[in-house]
Amino acid sequence: MSSLAHAEGTEPEPHRTVRLMVNGTAHEISVADRRLLSDALRHDIGLTGTHVGCEHGVCGACTIQVDGKPMRSCLMLAVAAEGSDLRTVEGIGNDPEHPSDVQQAFIDCHGLQCGFCTPGFITTIDAFIDENPDPTPEEAREAISGNLCRCTGYQNIVASVLRAAELRRAGPAPEAAAASGTGDRAPGTGDRTSGADGGRQR
Amino acid sequence: MTTRMFGQKIARKEDPRLVTGNGSYVDDLSSPHTLAAAFVRSPHAHAKILDIDVSGALDIDGVYAVWTHEDLPGAAGERLPMLLPHPSLLAPKTGYALAKDDVNHVGEPIAMVIAANRYIAEDAASAVHVDYEYLPAVVGVATSREAEHAVHADVADNIAAHSIDEVGAVDEAMAGAPHVLEIDLDIERSACMPMEGKGVLARWDRHEESMIVYSSTQTSTGLRAALAAKLEMPLTKMEVITPDVGGGFGVKINHPWPEEVCVAAAARALDREIAWTEDRREHFVSSAHERQQLQQVRIGFDDEGKIHALDVKFWHDNGAYLPYGVIPPLNTATHVLGPYVIRNYRCEWWSLYTNTVIVTPYRGAGRPQGVYMMERAMDAVADALGRDRTEVRETNFVREFPHPIGLVLQDGREGIYDSGDFPASMTKLKELIGWDDFAAYRAQAAAEGRRVGIGVACYVEGTGAGPYEGGHIEVETSGRVNVWTGLTTQGQAHATVFAQIVADELGVPIDRVNVVTGDTRKTPYSVGTWGSRGAVMSGNAVHLTAKKLKQKALTIAGRSLEVDPADLEIVDGIVQVKGDPSASIPLEVISVMSNPLRYAFDDAAKAATQFGMPSDESKPPMLPGDSPGLEERDFFSPQRTTFASGMHAAIVETDPETADITVLRYCVVHDCGKMINPLVVEGQVLGGVAQGIAGALYEKMAYDETGQLLNASFMDFLMPFATEIPHVETDHLETPSPLNPLGIKGAGEAGTIPGASVIASAIEDAEGFPITRMPISPSELWELREKHAAGHWPSLQHPARVPETDDARAEEKVTR
Amino acid sequence: MKPAAFAYNRAASVDHCLELLTQHGAEAKLLAGGQSLIPVLNMRLAAPAHLIDISRLSELSSIEITDSCVRVGAAVTHAELETDDSAHAALPILRQALVNVAHPAIRNRGTTVGSIAHADPNGEMPAILALTGGTAHAVSSSGSRQIDAAELFIGPLETCLETDELITHVDFNRFPPGTRTGFTELARRSGDYALAGVAMALTAEESTITGLRLSFVSVTDLPEVLDMSERVTGMELKATTDLCAAVTEAVEATIDPAGDIHATADYRRHITKVMARRLAVELSCRPPQPPSVGQPGR
Repeated sequence: MSSLAHAEGTEPEPHRTVRLMVNGTAHEISVADRRLLSDALRHDIGLTGTHVGCEHGVCGACTIQVDGKPMRSCLMLAVAAEGSDLRTVEGIGNDPEHPSDVQQAFIDCHGLQCGFCTPGFITTIDAFIDENPDPTPEEAREAISGNLCRCTGYQNIVASVLRAAELRRAGPAPEAAAASGTGDRAPGTGDRTSGADGGRQR
Repeated sequence: MTTRMFGQKIARKEDPRLVTGNGSYVDDLSSPHTLAAAFVRSPHAHAKILDIDVSGALDIDGVYAVWTHEDLPGAAGERLPMLLPHPSLLAPKTGYALAKDDVNHVGEPIAMVIAANRYIAEDAASAVHVDYEYLPAVVGVATSREAEHAVHADVADNIAAHSIDEVGAVDEAMAGAPHVLEIDLDIERSACMPMEGKGVLARWDRHEESMIVYSSTQTSTGLRAALAAKLEMPLTKMEVITPDVGGGFGVKINHPWPEEVCVAAAARALDREIAWTEDRREHFVSSAHERQQLQQVRIGFDDEGKIHALDVKFWHDNGAYLPYGVIPPLNTATHVLGPYVIRNYRCEWWSLYTNTVIVTPYRGAGRPQGVYMMERAMDAVADALGRDRTEVRETNFVREFPHPIGLVLQDGREGIYDSGDFPASMTKLKELIGWDDFAAYRAQAAAEGRRVGIGVACYVEGTGAGPYEGGHIEVETSGRVNVWTGLTTQGQAHATVFAQIVADELGVPIDRVNVVTGDTRKTPYSVGTWGSRGAVMSGNAVHLTAKKLKQKALTIAGRSLEVDPADLEIVDGIVQVKGDPSASIPLEVISVMSNPLRYAFDDAAKAATQFGMPSDESKPPMLPGDSPGLEERDFFSPQRTTFASGMHAAIVETDPETADITVLRYCVVHDCGKMINPLVVEGQVLGGVAQGIAGALYEKMAYDETGQLLNASFMDFLMPFATEIPHVETDHLETPSPLNPLGIKGAGEAGTIPGASVIASAIEDAEGFPITRMPISPSELWELREKHAAGHWPSLQHPARVPETDDARAEEKVTR
Repeated sequence: MKPAAFAYNRAASVDHCLELLTQHGAEAKLLAGGQSLIPVLNMRLAAPAHLIDISRLSELSSIEITDSCVRVGAAVTHAELETDDSAHAALPILRQALVNVAHPAIRNRGTTVGSIAHADPNGEMPAILALTGGTAHAVSSSGSRQIDAAELFIGPLETCLETDELITHVDFNRFPPGTRTGFTELARRSGDYALAGVAMALTAEESTITGLRLSFVSVTDLPEVLDMSERVTGMELKATTDLCAAVTEAVEATIDPAGDIHATADYRRHITKVMARRLAVELSCRPPQPPSVGQPGR
């Protein structure tokens, strides 16, 4: 009742070329209209730091910054993101030797275990401490209340928020400032964009 | 001397990579050329498959294949393996990789679509048409037990397994006990629910006729063997690599999953790289759940609260199949006794089929249910006697070790508590939470119109079960130390804690030590990550391996320095004569010397070539018995399971009107023997507690009577956010295990185990009536209050005395 | 969980949007923030052939405060409205309710008008539009109309909008001087849909009650308004016992909750009464909200 099919027959679905500005770099990719932004970031542009945990907007693992505001990339279409300034966890800091303040805070406070939810927390917290540079523990907890973590029980993530705010208030370390935080780092996996649907990176 | 790493709060070596988006999880590994799999899954809980029409799917542009059961080659089409045979199994059933003639739960895979990407694969999956003949669904333990309908036609009573164990003489002791209580209990289904679902990517090499499979599994060696068997390939042609894994908590120990078999078989058949990434909805209906049991407890005791006899029965829901055997009910039965001396114990249990998702271990793996029986019973005994709940527990504590319990554990060996100090744990816990001051706090809260309660629960946990784990360590000529161990990692900081152990033994900076887990290419012998065993098993294995490697290094250095190896030590990566640093050789040089070379590939290698160093012509370049390379391998196999333990206490507030439940404080005293890294242990405990609270107050799998899972999304399956989890206060006790060289016990599951018990205890204390069914929601608590007020639910015999408050009187007026 | 195929259309203007709606009619769905729509698409519970994206239309992205209302364009996000201090000063119930809408990341993209057009009885903002006696402004290529909240919602997830109509903005009407408003809900987790929620506007002159309106979340099929003004006018603010008794009784008679896996119908009814009573006590003890920029009309 099965087997090899011939890849032809039905009419092709709408595709288009979109230009996405991600972490300060423009990426021109060809995507189906229905392609979720999360998939475009991960599989067309190769920025696999953004993770997909539920695809219905609850878990927050796919959270990225859109024009500076945390949003769920699984609830956005790639084609609708054209014209927005997108920032993923890699844009916040992509160099393990020089993590950003928020990333360093997670290291300091044992704020992660499996690390799958972590990028969504980092993008969320990075924006939050700009808004609230000196949060109380209650505000820190509230700030992360839209992201699910199954490993940590959140306590060390709350501590990470407070630590991140402390680091940001203290200002960037000279070396770290040079290495990260500008959001301009090209992703290491960018060459994946020259793939099946003809995407290319500029 | 370098600082000892063992016992230090070392920041995790894996973090810089993971926080900067440089992790590599299985779904990150696919390329644009990788094909995607999607599955057609049963929408019905119980049905015969009459016909499958895939023609609509095959017409879709971008579809490469659609497989049903008959397309599965050879052994791949046979039933999935029964992984854990056990004498209690009466009618073991496992499913097929793709359903053959019938489906037994919603979500069971029926057909697989391979397409250019997941979007198209899902289009095609929805175009596959299946005709069913509906059969009655058996949902819930009580329904299954009645056996009006059977899940599997040839298992009319729905009983997959049955067991009776008895220690001592229960009937006699019960008859002689001054008091006897009977308690009926109920605990519901939840699930591990890691943030990353399952995932597999299979890469076939047609030239070598070999395959590499990447899987988010908890056992790469287990999966390797299973897939080689299913694909009828030589084991040596199959390798399984576990990349970064986004949490497991038990669900990823079952193997092979249907999708792993299908994807691997298709990758070979199509000669294409194929990936499948489980989506959240699939995870709810096609991975595994755990916990549901109905329980009956009879307990005989005297006026002091000393337990004379304990007789328990429970009925365990194992879902549609039980590929992972009876591990959860077996753990339940063997963990009821907790930290107590109970000489007369009988446990009878039945494991029952239902038309629901399969049941395999979830963090705790049956232990939470056992603890629930014992701890609910302990509270009932205290209430019956009007005694303090901690005193009754203390009366029964085990105080002498080793303490054999007379029961055979999941490793096939008798359970013997190896060490612990339960009275000390209880003292610490009472201090931490302020147990003795609670009456005053309760009175003060009552004066403010608030209702509060305090609860306690104790447990022991058999951890670090065998049979073995291994270590493989090599020192490169650069001085880099590579450590491999076969078990897999899902966030437990193995790359850090094993590096700590190795760094200590080899006397090298921890930065030089690189740990790799779950790669069968280097470590084909391993068991897996389950049952709080990672640190105990692989920790000791790498410790033993490092010792062996150190000995080799000292032997080589001794020859070169012409000193007795016993007079040598390693400091900061340099072998030197004890007390005389002037006579020394760096480890990297020893690495060079350990491997006599013909060809020099770099400057360091030059020293090891035939003209590179002075040679003793009376001996061969490599001595008999030596092996080249500064490299060793060793294994650790424990005599038996080591028992960790802990005690939790919680203070809850219940809204007198809305029955909303808030955990105000949660305190943990935990004893996992020697801690390798207290930061990591603390993290494990905190995460475990969150899952315990989740299972007590928020999470359950809500099936309707037709077997539809009503809450298969994160909108309706209430996994707690940060706002639902309290700040947790912890204290530790370290009673070393005598069963392994490092004195450690497992810590992974502990935090979760007493969750439902301690929260039930606290709510019961706040409300003054028994809590027997968990989890409990505000709505359910309110219904209980209504029943209680109407005289249809009993009061505690000695409820906490709370002065009637002004507020309560005011409420009366308002609602008049 | 990937959506079925559709064609994406980015509207260049409201007129363009209306053209697209005329062209694709029932086959199209409007996409504003997408925070309710895209989960439904990802789960393939809906498969429209066309999406029409209105999120970038500057014509629809303003918040205007008038003497009588707060006018919110269809592209305004929950977060923009929540953090708009003028809107808060004019109509505090907006922020009081909005902080309960899901989580910040969702509010950063989801739109208030979109949430109203979605007409989910579990949503907060339809209840607020109803409470304020607000209106929706709908346009189509054949004209425009104003729809009172009372007429807009015709069933769970159902409005009276035609398939070619677009809500360009809604007007949340402002309350008379002397009004105190409050919103309370009980959800299993923070950010979840409420088991039950109550919005209340209590108006008093000096210490005498002159008006009381309530609306509900999750316990009525439609965002229904319970106008108790007649029943309580003349009551003293201090007479909380009488007020509470009246509120409890009226709420009981108004709501019709259903049970589900999270709570029984009886429980929802019970907590709705408790929350309404507590809110009434809280509001009657609270000073009126300070007069804000521009005197409210009516």
